[in-house]
Amino acid sequence: MIYLDNAATSQKKPKEVLEAVLHAMESMGNAGRSTHEAAHSSTKTVFDTRVLLTEFFHGKNPSHCIFTKNSTESLNMAILGSLKPGDHVITTVMEHNSVLRPLYAMERQGVELSFCALDEHGILDYASLEKLWKKNTKAIVHTHASNLTGDLVDLEKISTFVKEKSLLWIVDASQTAGVYDIDMEKLGIDILCFTGHKSLLGPQGTGGMLIKEGISLRSLSYGGTGVETYNEDMPLEYPNHLEAGTLNAHGIAGLHEGVAYIQREGITTIREKELSLMEQFKKGIESLPGVKLYGNFQEKKRCPIVSMNLYAYDSAMVSDELFTRFNIATRAGGHCAPLMHKALNNVEQGCVRFSFSHFNTEEEVAKAVEAIRILSEEG
Amino acid sequence: MREKTLQCILSFHNTVDALQMEKLGKEKDLSGRLIPLPSVISAGCGLAWSTALENKESTLAACKEAGLEPSAVHEILF
Repeated sequence: MIYLDNAATSQKKPKEVLEAVLHAMESMGNAGRSTHEAAHSSTKTVFDTRVLLTEFFHGKNPSHCIFTKNSTESLNMAILGSLKPGDHVITTVMEHNSVLRPLYAMERQGVELSFCALDEHGILDYASLEKLWKKNTKAIVHTHASNLTGDLVDLEKISTFVKEKSLLWIVDASQTAGVYDIDMEKLGIDILCFTGHKSLLGPQGTGGMLIKEGISLRSLSYGGTGVETYNEDMPLEYPNHLEAGTLNAHGIAGLHEGVAYIQREGITTIREKELSLMEQFKKGIESLPGVKLYGNFQEKKRCPIVSMNLYAYDSAMVSDELFTRFNIATRAGGHCAPLMHKALNNVEQGCVRFSFSHFNTEEEVAKAVEAIRILSEEG
Repeated sequence: MREKTLQCILSFHNTVDALQMEKLGKEKDLSGRLIPLPSVISAGCGLAWSTALENKESTLAACKEAGLEPSAVHEILF
């Protein structure tokens, strides 16, 4: 199988990730619960990974690196844990349901929402942010890149707006963590939410959030933390405040190795390989009859994603045929980004998404181009 | 694209039910397979069961016997 569905989850992981998970499952106890060798091994791995991720995202305090099971959980904790009725929030039409659904849940409780739209070129209309701002605007919550098109949101532009208005800034880095260097400190991001299983090359079930010092979130879950046993409430200090119950230390051990691999290989080297494959694919199909591409390919700084449709075919048909005839794995349909599909006017058709990993090869991409050429020719 | 034929496509309330359908198909030797949910049915994420139109009644009967309720039954070109 030629796996081109890496924006859903990266299938191929560095061998060190697999070895670390296996070793952890063979040797680890419960992190933070005891000091015997097995428990300490787990505690140390979790600690080392907090330190690594804090450095990776240019955070300040490893205690403010919170582990969750994915970006969605992190975003829920950030959104539901910070907003209250009467607050106004700015978000964008580029969002995944991992941002939209928690926001809609808060809207039902009295939070106001405003959406930054795309301009006539399909680019986020940054100029409209000022008009969307209100006196009760508490936060801006948005993705760093569309999971549908791979188009980036310019964090520098948002940073300027956030600093001018003193807003709480929550960023969904699901598609960009491990692809672009994100400097939380320099940009002034308050809460950065990430998942481990995509471009950080870790196992599914890993993820987290980095919270800037001084930002406090209400805990949404309660339970054992290994500390303050006789406190009837959750401990106030991070990370325990937000981490109830046993952590996925086995997965975190793998995540550590995924991030370490990116550091060894170089995030720029990995990204350039991925963007080169994306460009090869895009150039190979863009002028074929019936092919319609989505996204801003004029901008070279983007995620390695090409979303397309073929004639008026339902995207599910195209994706199914790519798999059943050519053994090529893609994603079709709605992509959990309802407002973006509306903005791109492809709600009825959905779209077929090709997303590339640096583990893919030029030969694989050439086969994908040839498959689309055949489907296009067949009409 | 290959020629499309009229198919009986069953959509489900959730992925668990779709996988129950696949399991049922194997157990009962039903003809058909899981496909990505066509956008024409629903603009959402998901899986559906596709089988030739002539298998519609036998598939639905097997579902009924197993207590598996599709969210909808469609006849569409796929």
